[in-house]
This record gives sequence, C-alpha cells and structure tokens, in this order.
Amino acid sequence: MSNEAELGLRDRLAQLSGVKLLRGTRLSTELQRLERQLERLRDDTSDEEIWRRVALARHEKRPYTLDYVERLLDDWFELHGDRGRIDDRAIVAGLGLLAGRTVAVIGHQKGRDLKERAIRNFGMANPEGYRKAIRTMQLADRHGFPIVTLVDTPGAHPGIAAEQHGQGGAIARSQAAMLRLGVPTVAVVIGEGGSGGAVAIAVADRVLMQENAIYTVISPEGCAAILWRDAAKAKKAASAFKPDAAHCLELRVIDGIVPEPEGGAHADPDAAAALLRESLIAHLNDLASLAPDELRRSRRAKFRSMGVLAQV
Amino acid sequence: MLWMSTPPGHIDVSIEHKRADPARSDGRGDHPNTCPACGSHYRDEELADTLRVCPQCGHHFPVRAPERIAQLADPGTFDEEDAELRSADPLEFFDLKPYVERLAEAELRTDLGDAILTGRAAIDGHACRIAAMDFSFMGGSMGSVVGERFARACERSADEGGVVVSVAASGGARMQEGILALMQLPKTVAAVGDLQDAGGTLLSVLAHPTTGGVTASFASLGDVILAEPGALTSFAGPRVVAQTTREKLPDDFGLAESNYRFGHVDAVVVRSELRSTLARLLRLFGGGR
Repeated sequence: MSNEAELGLRDRLAQLSGVKLLRGTRLSTELQRLERQLERLRDDTSDEEIWRRVALARHEKRPYTLDYVERLLDDWFELHGDRGRIDDRAIVAGLGLLAGRTVAVIGHQKGRDLKERAIRNFGMANPEGYRKAIRTMQLADRHGFPIVTLVDTPGAHPGIAAEQHGQGGAIARSQAAMLRLGVPTVAVVIGEGGSGGAVAIAVADRVLMQENAIYTVISPEGCAAILWRDAAKAKKAASAFKPDAAHCLELRVIDGIVPEPEGGAHADPDAAAALLRESLIAHLNDLASLAPDELRRSRRAKFRSMGVLAQV
Repeated sequence: MLWMSTPPGHIDVSIEHKRADPARSDGRGDHPNTCPACGSHYRDEELADTLRVCPQCGHHFPVRAPERIAQLADPGTFDEEDAELRSADPLEFFDLKPYVERLAEAELRTDLGDAILTGRAAIDGHACRIAAMDFSFMGGSMGSVVGERFARACERSADEGGVVVSVAASGGARMQEGILALMQLPKTVAAVGDLQDAGGTLLSVLAHPTTGGVTASFASLGDVILAEPGALTSFAGPRVVAQTTREKLPDDFGLAESNYRFGHVDAVVVRSELRSTLARLLRLFGGGR
C-alpha cells in the first residue's frame, strides 16, 4: 500500500475520473484499466489492514495540526475567538506563509497530554469553534488568501451547551461558508475525519487524506453499538463501512492520498510534514489560476454530485 | 390520491436505538395511537381528523410523508418528482442483514422508495415544492437518494426563483452508505446555496425528530425555520450527550421550545396552524419582486 507507484495510480485515477463517474458517465479505456488495477488493490485491503489504519489514525503520537503548522509555515499568527462568546481551543485558526505566500490554516487540534487534551477537548469542537473557522474563512476570502484545513476530530462535541448554542446549525453554516468562498481551498484529513464535525471544515476544492487517516460517517464504535448492538464489534463495523483513504478515493469522496513515511506519520513527523507540504503546494498551484466564480462553481458541482444512485 | 388511502403504519421515533436498551421495551405505551404524553388512545380515523395531534393534551404524533403532504398541500396539487430514484449499495454493506434487504423491507413496509417524498405542490394557491421526510423509512436516514431528491427539488425551484418547503424528520445520516452518506451534508448544503443565490427560498420545518446530519445540513439553513411543538431537534441525541457529559440534561433538552429560546428557530408552530403559517410565508416571500 505504501509504495509510491500505487499512490500515483490512485492520484491518476482521481484526476482522470473527476466526479462525473457517479452519475454513470462512460469510462474511457484508460480509466477502466486503472479501475481494474485499483480493484486488485482493494482486494488486498483486508479487515485487519483497515483496522490497522484506524489505530494509526488515532495513534497518540500522531502529528496534530499545530505539529504541521510549525513545520509547514513561516511566521504563523494564530487567530483566537469567534467574536461572540469564547475561543474554542479544539479548533485552531491563523495566518502564515507557505512557500512565501500567505495562507489561512484552520484545523482541529487534539491534545498530547492529559492537561492539553482537556483544554483541546480531544479535538471535539463546539459551535464557537466552527464560528471561529467561518470568520477566518471569510477573512481569507476578503484578502484572497488560499485556505488549508487540517481535519482531525472524533466528531463535534456532544454537549448540553453545544446544543443550546446551535451545534447543528454551526456545522451547516460552516459548510455553506466554504461553498461560497472565491479562494482556493484544500482540506486534508490528517487523522480522524469524524462525521459532521469533520466535514464542517472539509468542503474544499481538493480534499486529500493522509495514507493512514480515516474518514467516517460515524465512529466504528458508534456504528457497532447501533447496528451490531455491541461496541466491541468496532473492527467489523470499520471493515463494513471502509473508512480508509483508498476506499474514500475509490468512491470519489476525496481527490488524492498524501503518502506518509514508513510506519506512519508519527514515526517521522518531519518527513510526514515534507510530504504534506509537497501535496499542498502542488494542489494550490493547480488551483491558483482559477477565477473565484469558477472555483465556487466547480466546488459546488463536485459536492452536488456526491453519492451513488440506482433507478427503478 | 393513492397515498391518502395508505393506512399510516407504526412509526418508531425512538432515535436512540431501542435494541441498545432492551429494558425499555416493556410493551407499555408502544401502540402507535396511544399518546405517550397522556396515555389516551385513539382510533386511526380520530387521529387523522386531528392532524395526528392528541385532542386531550396537544401531543404531536409523528406524521408520515404522504399524510404530511396531504395536510399541507391543496388537494390534488401534489405531483411527485424523482420517484424512480433508489439507493444503490456501493459499499455492499452488511451488518446483521444486508443493506439491500433492509431497503427492500423498508420499501415494502412503507410503500416509499426512500425516506423523502419530493414534488410540486400548491399551498393555499401558492406554487412551491415540498420535500417531506418519512421517519418510518429506516429512521428517516439520509443517504444518496434523500440527498439527491432534495437537491433536485432545490435545483428545479432555483430555475424558477421558487420556494422549497422542507419537512425534516430524520435520525441523521444513513450509516449503511458510509462516507457517501456523510457527503449528503455538503451536497444538500450546496443545493440550498444555489437555490438561495438564485433568489429562491427554503422554508424549513423541523418535525420530531430532526437530529444528526439533517440538523447539520439543509434543515438548519432555511430562510425561515419552523418547528413543531415538542419536536426533538438537536445534533447529538440526548442519550449520547448524557453519556458523554455525565450531567443531568435539562427537561427540555434539544426540544423545539428550547431551540426557540436559544434562537435557533423562528417559531414553534402547532400543526393546526402549520399550513396557514406556510401560506403566509409563501405570500411574503413572493411579494419581494
């Protein structure tokens, strides 16, 4: 899985296929060939392999948003607060220089030790966190700064105050805000892409996943508790809903996979950051020439076409 | 109208899965026509006459999508669209049963192709589109078909600068479609964005229960948001929140009245006034040009 030829194959397939496939567009011969190759790869993705990735995505030493920020950006200036109520520390936002140009970065932030985990609420944002994200996006839009989001959350925080302050609406409005932006946006799932709390900041022109990241509609444990009536069946649930990067790419939910160093991102954070940097710069360069209206139009069209349908 | 002759089936609105808590299934109060608030029991026709609101205590019983449309639309005006769409099974999902089997069972039981009905209609003479969800089809869960039907309703209305009236009733994203179900959140949000940018309007009604992915997408983006009395309209369900926070939840946790107080809905509207309220809004939003 981790060799570059295979990753290249997936990238190539994603580029060729675009989003139209979901609506039943005919495949070109080249595309069919790539599909067959990917099919063989999929057969190699065993339940154990998927679960290994779930564990890596949640690894306690896995680099978090600020670990990448310090390795990727010069002159990072963090922005705090939603300008209404509070500064939600589960989401960080700020400006910095990526390869010499100003970008806005928004990401979930988990904590490394007990104290920081409490401060960061395990990367589970409240509505105020999404409102901080929204105001940062709008700031970047006004100034023409590209936006990079780093997604790493078990999910949005399920709490009394979170509901009273409009968790669902905040997640919906964050997606709406992203779909309205006229600047290039790249989202990267760097660990756990947990449900609504993740997609809230992942509605981007390019959505990437690191090789060992997961992107899920519900946690494997939550799914197991509901469908199997047993949270211990999480491994089974994970292999049923296939949250790994290869499957997400196959379903065209993401546009590419960012390779990680041997053993996973935590084994060599500097190397992981260098690989991430390479991908970010390539995708941002690709998007740089597109006009705001074109970005908006094609971003909406991409998400509009998500899903697989049958007819009677 | 074919759908008016369909007897309303049992609607299980326990959004936390009953099976996870077998102690609760003691059989008492389980009958769909027994009021869970006051214990009064009704014949089906009695409830249909009162729009499925308990005449004793005002409890709002759940309403299936065809009956909801019959309550709201002018007689004979509803014209269903995209009825041919069905869920595919891209993940070949299998839990205790294959997803395709769950779909087939749900279709047989509910006589619906998926958890939402969409189409043209008129409300008090005002043309609009209605998108009504049905909790009895797999918990009103949103997969590719719900997302697609809703998005198409928005697109067609956008072409005409029109109004979409959505009535949500959903436990959230459909797990059996995995990440593609999650992608229906941005999909429906994009459709609402296109509708609103084209000068169209979304009037969003939240019925019991509206939770998870539907709360976190189109249902929260209405130009106006209405909720039915007592409807649970939250992102996380009460049991998840109680387990996570280990705090006692307020009695009105996540309910329409609480969301009204906190500023997340514009009005809590009793069912007998929902049709006239929507008609007023349709007139007001139609008067801008």
